[in-house]
Amino acid sequence: MSAIRNIISATTIEEVQAAVSMIGPPLLARGGGTKPALSQADGVGTLDLSGLRGISEYDPGEYTFTAYAGTPLAVVRHALAEHGQYLPFDPPLADAGATLGGTIAAGVSGAGRMRYGGVRDFLIGVRFVDGQGRLVRGGGKVVKNAAGFDLPKLMTGSLGRLGVLVEVSFKVFPAPAAYATVAATLPTMAEAARMVQQLAAAPVDWEALDIAPAPKGATLWARLGGLKQALPPRVARVQELLEDSRLLTPAEDEALWRRINALDFGNAADMLVKAALTARDIPALDAALAAAGAVRHYSAAGNLAWIAWPGSAHDLDRLLAGQRLPGLTLRGAAAFPLVGRRPAAAFLQPVKQTLDPAGRFPAFEQDAD
Amino acid sequence: MSFSTALESLYPPARLLREPAQLAPYESDALTAFRSRPRAVVLPESSDEVIETVRLCHLHDVPFVARGSGTSLSGGSLPIADGIVIALNRLNRILRLDPDARIAVVEPGVVNLHVTHAAAPYGLYYAPDPSSQPICTIGGNVAFNSGGAHCLKYGMTANHVLGIKAVLPNGAVIELGGESLEPVGPDLTGFFVGSEGLFGIALEITLRLLPRPEQVRTVLASYHSLAAAGDAVAAVVASGLLPAALEIMDKLAIEAAEMSVNAGYPRGAAAVLIVELEGEAGSVDAEFARLQQVMEQTGADEVRLAEDDAARARIWKGRKGAFSAVGRLSPDYIVQDGVVPRSRLGETLARIDELSATYDIRVANVFHAGDGNLHPLILYDGRKPGELERAEELAGEILTLCIDAGGSITGEHGVGMEKRAYMPRMFTPVDLDVMRELRWAVDPDELANRGKMLPGDSPEGSSASRHPHPLERQGIISRV
Ligand SMILES: Cc1cc2nc3c(=O)[nH]c(=O)nc-3n(C[C@H](O)[C@H](O)[C@H](O)COP(=O)(O)OP(=O)(O)OC[C@H]3O[C@@H](n4cnc5c(N)ncnc54)[C@H](O)[C@@H]3O)c2cc1C
Repeated sequence: MSAIRNIISATTIEEVQAAVSMIGPPLLARGGGTKPALSQADGVGTLDLSGLRGISEYDPGEYTFTAYAGTPLAVVRHALAEHGQYLPFDPPLADAGATLGGTIAAGVSGAGRMRYGGVRDFLIGVRFVDGQGRLVRGGGKVVKNAAGFDLPKLMTGSLGRLGVLVEVSFKVFPAPAAYATVAATLPTMAEAARMVQQLAAAPVDWEALDIAPAPKGATLWARLGGLKQALPPRVARVQELLEDSRLLTPAEDEALWRRINALDFGNAADMLVKAALTARDIPALDAALAAAGAVRHYSAAGNLAWIAWPGSAHDLDRLLAGQRLPGLTLRGAAAFPLVGRRPAAAFLQPVKQTLDPAGRFPAFEQDAD
Repeated sequence: MSFSTALESLYPPARLLREPAQLAPYESDALTAFRSRPRAVVLPESSDEVIETVRLCHLHDVPFVARGSGTSLSGGSLPIADGIVIALNRLNRILRLDPDARIAVVEPGVVNLHVTHAAAPYGLYYAPDPSSQPICTIGGNVAFNSGGAHCLKYGMTANHVLGIKAVLPNGAVIELGGESLEPVGPDLTGFFVGSEGLFGIALEITLRLLPRPEQVRTVLASYHSLAAAGDAVAAVVASGLLPAALEIMDKLAIEAAEMSVNAGYPRGAAAVLIVELEGEAGSVDAEFARLQQVMEQTGADEVRLAEDDAARARIWKGRKGAFSAVGRLSPDYIVQDGVVPRSRLGETLARIDELSATYDIRVANVFHAGDGNLHPLILYDGRKPGELERAEELAGEILTLCIDAGGSITGEHGVGMEKRAYMPRMFTPVDLDVMRELRWAVDPDELANRGKMLPGDSPEGSSASRHPHPLERQGIISRV
């Protein structure tokens, strides 16, 4: 364990336990540092986990793996791809160096979550160090497990405030052999939102269904994945559903989804915020965001919004709260990362008190008093 | 006002059961070896009545057990002797079904299959399909994170619950999640699912509905040995196909299913494997061609494709009716629910076979092979002295096998009261302490489903010493 100013680096589970057990300012774990609003805050020490890395178990025949929390997504992606497997929820910021632990703690999934679900649906086991320095395990290493409280779910989106994830287990799926993306232009965002809702109700196995405002109206991208020989007729059918659409080349397809995975929206100075919503919320939200000059992108048939927000955290908090939508700041100045509608304190507070009674990690919210 | 008087003012006599004859049906669930008589059963008809009842229990320190249809196989809905049962079957309304948003908001007493029936006119369905789906409730499914035959591709109940409104054991009403597929912040909805009733009672559940798959292909293959069927599962999984279901039944289970529902399984087969592919027509056709190639290499005696919906329904009738069919072979049975890594299915099944011979107790196997989720049915006669004990001992050995193989004691039926004693084999003392503390933080008096899931707290146990000290609650002191 080494400490430079306010940064402590831990490369073993014991070092994480030691760091949490020390007396000092509250700590926030940092993996790749790609979501700085979740790993930095005033008066908070950094627990750098980038050295706690490596895949500890991977048997391709089992379609599960276990790795240390600081393992970069890119490393995992590469190891899985060698066996034709993937993490179907398309964890964001993979190229920028995001880690497994940070992805879980932030509770973020990418456009590919459309197909089979998000990070919560693929995480099967966790080991974490709670605020009392205890090493706690929840879930397991098999794909189905109903024993005990579902701590992997609790730790998904725990924002570094309930414990430090040290080792995690996932189930994985066979990766599609090939992809194809159709892009279409629609006159307005409201129509694009209606269209993704309609498409999502069709019996088509969408890999992704994204929309974003375009200079004139809106663009819709529909991605299919599967056996190569089956793609052409499937694409033809999608093009029948979508007037005025174009099939992207394989290179365009690849570049497009990499860019979306990189969450490369807006300017570096903007806040980057995720919001959860449904397609029905889009017309009102998008209009309000547009009026404020924000850049928007919506994934998973309108269930996931990425907002590059040029204004203050306070204003965005008010805007989202007004529409009863919950949001999470990944980048940009934010004393507390949750914005908009907040989780149920009557349930979360006792959980926080139990796992972190002495406040070794920051609070979820500004104290009421 | 006493607790009894308060209940009387809340419920008309017809919905407040206290006579022994009225209580009898609630004394047990599908784990029939155990029974216990509650002091009363209430039949609320609205969320408000449930909330009011929980508040009364909290005020008077009376433990309660929520109950759906009582099909728990692990004693989850077993009553507490000095407590009450809150039976939720009358809260059976689908409050809202929104085909555009593809969600259904339901009360907890809604029967699983009724959600799919209601969604069918819109081309939608509710994916989790426990074999008990014609009777079990969504509330019970949520409490146990129930599974079914199609978890391989679609996951468990938790993967299909978007939001929950619940009453905590202290009477507080909370709303978790919402209508979006994406959670934000700690996934409290997912954390509530599978909590076996210990965090309180789910009052309204928002479910995700899926478009009905356009094409379904169901294949039934028969094998001369259980091991060969197990190897076939490994081959299908390794091929990169992702079937919706991969199910195995052994000889005893096949015979039972044939006798009871005449499912048309090949007679004399040592094992049958059911493989189901579903999805877009274009994809399924291509995948099916691949599946046929793979199946040809697995040494099946016969491979049959369900030609139409009726043939498919018949195959599934045999599979889903297997528990009750096997049940007819024996006066009593225990169903186990262990999970092993898929690569260890073969050796585990062979060990179960040996154990069955050693104990001289028949074991039928019907299981979710694609998930490594075993369901050995241990057949015994409770009237013969010592048989129940021997059956339980055998069940314990099977669970130990699963734990030693790196698996779990339960894949979908929950720990309940039945498998509590095995929790320390799976989790460290610290893991269990943390689970217990989480429970006490939400329910210091252990009012909600006392005596389930967590080892050590007996249903009769006094709860006085379990109150956290006020300083403990503030995090100033902690127990060692
Ligand atoms: C023949 C048969 C086949 C089965 N097949 C399967 C299968 O394939 N897959 C599978 O997973 N299970 C299966 N089961 C087990 C069982 O059906 C499930 O566990 C089911 O979810 C129980 O539902 P229920 O309504 O009967 O709940 P109950 O048995 O009444 O209750 C189960 C638990 O849920 C709690 N509970 C009930 N309602 C609520 C609520 N609203 N809020 C909080 N807690 C609540 C109870 O306190 C109890 O602990 C099967 C059972 C049988 C008898």
